[in-house]
Formats: sequence, structure tokens, C-alpha cells
Amino acid sequence: MLKNKENRKLKVVIYVVCILLAIISIMPFYVMFINSTRSTTEIQQHAISFLPSGYMLNNLKILLGKSFNPAVGFRNSLIISIGSTALAVYFSSLTAYALVAYDWKLRQPFFSFIMCVMMIPAQVTTIGFYQMVYKIGMTNHLSMLILPAIASPTMVFFMRQYLQPTLSMEIVQSARIDGAKEFMIFNRIVLPIMKPAIATQAIFSFVSSWNSLFTPLVLLTDQKKYTMPIMVSLLRGDIYKTEYGSVYLGLSLTVLPLIAVYLLLSKYIIAGVALGGVKG
Amino acid sequence: MRKVKNKKLSYARYGYYFSIPFAVAFLLFTLYPIVYTVIIGFTDLKGLGMTSFHFLKDDPFRNFKTVLANPSFKQALSNTVVMWVLNFIPQILLALLLTAWFTDKRSKIVGQGFFKVIFYMPNIITAATIAILFKALFGYPVGLENDILVSLKIVDKPVNLLINKTVARGIVIFIQTWMWYGYTMITLISGVLGISPEIFESAEVDGANRTQTFLYVTLPNIKTILLFTLVTSLIGGLNMFDIPKLFLLGGPDNATLTTNVFIYNQAFSGSYMYNRAAAASMIMLVIIAILSGILFMILDDKEEAELRRQNRQMEKKFKRRQKELARIEKAQADAGTGKGVDADAEK
Repeated sequence: MLKNKENRKLKVVIYVVCILLAIISIMPFYVMFINSTRSTTEIQQHAISFLPSGYMLNNLKILLGKSFNPAVGFRNSLIISIGSTALAVYFSSLTAYALVAYDWKLRQPFFSFIMCVMMIPAQVTTIGFYQMVYKIGMTNHLSMLILPAIASPTMVFFMRQYLQPTLSMEIVQSARIDGAKEFMIFNRIVLPIMKPAIATQAIFSFVSSWNSLFTPLVLLTDQKKYTMPIMVSLLRGDIYKTEYGSVYLGLSLTVLPLIAVYLLLSKYIIAGVALGGVKG
Repeated sequence: MRKVKNKKLSYARYGYYFSIPFAVAFLLFTLYPIVYTVIIGFTDLKGLGMTSFHFLKDDPFRNFKTVLANPSFKQALSNTVVMWVLNFIPQILLALLLTAWFTDKRSKIVGQGFFKVIFYMPNIITAATIAILFKALFGYPVGLENDILVSLKIVDKPVNLLINKTVARGIVIFIQTWMWYGYTMITLISGVLGISPEIFESAEVDGANRTQTFLYVTLPNIKTILLFTLVTSLIGGLNMFDIPKLFLLGGPDNATLTTNVFIYNQAFSGSYMYNRAAAASMIMLVIIAILSGILFMILDDKEEAELRRQNRQMEKKFKRRQKELARIEKAQADAGTGKGVDADAEK
């Protein structure tokens, strides 16, 4: 009896804490969405409100009348994220296949090498990367943010971990007997086998590329090439200083697609994190 | 068998072919930039749009010395470490507490999936957006925080909390914790779910209570995952950029300046000192390499082997018990419903 009572008490504590944490997680976004519909005067009177107001279009007009251009940011971020994600998953799968399926002399050293360089954060190479890109006149080219994704050591590592127990060499052998070329075997047989791993890795690669600020901020100086996070940083500037409603609306516009995609794919994303997701 | 092996050998070259794209991209976009960064660290390369440089002849290590003696860099390094440590401690404690609650079989928590989705959400949102959102929420004179303080009559007119160094740093720490505890929790939960359930059942049979089970069974078994979390968080923490850069631009008075913001400011503002920024980057790379090396050495110790041995023993003990139980049950069943079993067998 006593044990049951204790159990119930603990359960109450757990639910209270969890609900509080949930409120803290949602609250800033809720305030942001509500305030994006309120006028600057309304926000000045009370920065917090539970009910939306009707000034969204007005806020939008002010927002778009200045340098903030969400459509351009959205397009550039989409190009970079799709391009780099596609390259990263395809070539990481290919490299992982090379590491799992073939018995070559440098296989083990190559894998150890990948394990070592996994830990190098991109930021520490930025100065050299910037100088190199500047020298060949390729700053403000989105391709310079897409092509490096071909070499994604962390993703190769995860793809290999997935492929190692999954791939049966008998299937590969029988395809060879049927006369299939090695490259075709990879494209037609191995890639479909890797679909679950590709889906997980693609989501994380896309999100981290979409959210990345440091390298794009260094390379892109042309307003027409700005990505979404750089666009967002403009909202900090003096031109929006007193336009509270518009700033909240601008922030909401950048968050909305992410939240929509997240809620749609949350099951897979949480499962992916649990698998040992990649940290941004 | 022999034939298969020969065939494999003749296919070996494809291993090289398929690694070429990765190798080329790595050489071009990672290795070359690293080497180039190291070289720039020993030169006089500075000024907007400059690409030509000369090596420092009198004192090759001048940039490194200047950076290490720079009070802003020292401040940035200490800020980065302090902010990481103070965000990691509450983050890991909160994640461990939630993990203990969510994986406890004795009190089944309903709605775990929902809580996981909500707790993880801040992590998926663009950090740049979050930094500016918090800037707006803590704004002066108009902001959420001031609105609450004034309506609760704690202060009678809006105060600008963000000019206070401790408060500014505290908010950056809060944002980092808030963004990452959900991630850490999910990783730890998956680690706990990977532990063989027999170990838990065995502990329960031995009479261990919740706290004991968590401290002596769960924690030692998720040591590897804890270390993985520590290393990734450390590397991420030492590279903190988006939040401190866009929240208060490293201010007030360098209170939230991190090493990465320092590097960015050195190279891409003011007098564009690429050489000093490169030297600072290399110092950070060395620090990161040493720290992760130490952490991995800790992982590779004898305790791990001892733990595995203990687990095996516990599993054995449990299996033996279950066998006994099954034997007893079977004996009882045979005695009680012996006829029924026979009848079924005849059919």
C-alpha cells in the first residue's frame, strides 16, 4: 500500500516537471507567433499576449519594405541544403560500400583515418578555406557550400556501421554472375538496401545545412546569395529597431517551415537521434 | 572457397575507385584548407581582399604569441570554457533525471513520445533565429521579460538586464541548455534501452530500489554513451558561435565573446587579420585534439572489462533462476493438468 502511494506521488512530480519543461520549450515560439500578428504599439503596451491580433499583413509590408527578403533566403538555403544533402548521402554511401564490400589493402587505414578526422570541426579550417575560395574568385558561389559535402566523414562512419551487418555479399555475387557492373550493383542493389540509413542521415544533413551560419556568413557577401540564417541576422540591425511586430514576423517565417517539417517527420527524427544522430 | 577469395581480390581495385570522390573532396575542401590555415598562421597576411603573404622571418611564432597574450582571446577562451561547463552540468543532470524517469519500468510514464518531441524541438530550430528571438524577448525597454517584471511589480520601470555581464552570460548558458537537453536525453534513453533487460530484472530480484538500480546498474552501463555525449558536446561547445554572435555580438564588454566569435571578428572585421585568426584557429584545434584524446583514453580503461564480466555474471545468475522457476512451474503444471496435456497430445 505504502509503495503504491509513493509511486503515485513520484508520478505527480514527474508529470509536473515534464509539463513545465514542455511549456518552457514551447513558450518562446508561442510568444513569437502571437507577436508576429500584433502591431508595434500593442507590443509596446504588453509584450506578452495569449491571443493573436490582426496586424500580420501590416507587419509583413514593413518587413518586406526593407532589406529582409525571405524568398531569396529560402531559395538559396533550399539549393544549398538539397544539393549538399544529395551529395553527402550518395558519396557517403559509396565510400561506405567501398569500405564494407571490397578487400583492399588500404581499407583499414582509410577507415581509421575517417574515424580520426570525424572530430575536426569545420570552423577551424575556415580561414584557409576562405583564402582558397577568394583566390579562385568563387566567393558568393553557392557551389562552394555544396561540393565539400562529398567528403562527410561522420556520415561515412554511420553508413558503414549500417551497411556492415546489413549487406549480404551473396546478392552482390549473384548480380555479378548475371553480368552486372560494380557501379551498377551499387546503384541498383546497394542503394535501395541503404534506404533507411539514407533517410535518417538525409534529415540531419538537411537540417544542419539549413541552420548553418558560420561558413555561409564568411563566404557570401552578396545580398542575393544570402541564406536564411544570414537573412535572419539582418533582423538584428538598426533598420528594424523599433518594428517589433515585423521582427517577430520575420523570425516566424524562418521557423514555420522547420516546425512543419519537424512535426511531420518527428517520429523518424527522434528515432534517428536515438540511433546516435550527428551533432550539429 | 578458394575461387570466391580470388574473385574478391580481383574486385579489390573497386574499393579504391569508389573512395576517390571522397578522397578528392577531402583533400580539396578539408586537408588543403587546414594546411593553408597553418601556413597563414606563420605569415603577415592581413587586410581586406589580400591573398599574398610573406613568412615571418624574425619570429615565426609571433602570431601565436600575440594571440595567446591578447586579453580578448584569454577572455574568450575562459568564457567559452565557463559557458560550456555551466551549460553541460545542468543539461546532463536534467537529461539523466528524465532518462531515469522515462526508462523506469515500475512507473510507466504515459506520453513519453509527446514529451520527447517537444523537448527536442528547440534543437531543430535555426540557432540564428533563436539568438535574435531571445534578444527580442529580453529587449529593453520593450520585451517579454520586462513586461513580466513590471506587471508583477518587481521593478517599477523597465530595466536593461542585458548590460549586466552575469545576466548576459547566464542567458547564453540557458539557451544552450534549453537547446540541447532534449537531444542528450534521447541519446541516453536509447543507451539505457540497449542494456539487456535481464540485468535490470536481476537487480530487481536482488531487491535493489529505483535509486540503487539507476546508480549501480544503469549508470555504469551507459558510460560509453555518456562519454560520447561529453565529447560531442565539448567539441560543439568549444565551437559555440551562432548564439553568442547574434544574441549580443559577444558583449557586453566581451562577457559572451567565445573563441569562434573572436576568430571571426579578427578575420572578417576591423583590420582583417587573417594571420592572427589562423593562429587562433590552430590553437583551438590543438586544444580540441588534446581534450578528445584524453577523453578517449579514459574510455579505454580496465573498468569497462570488469563491468562486462559483472554483467555476464548477473545474466547467468538470472538465467539460472529463470530455469529453476520454469522447472518448478512445469512440475506444478504437470501435476495439476496432466490429463489435459495428454488429451491435447493425442489430438
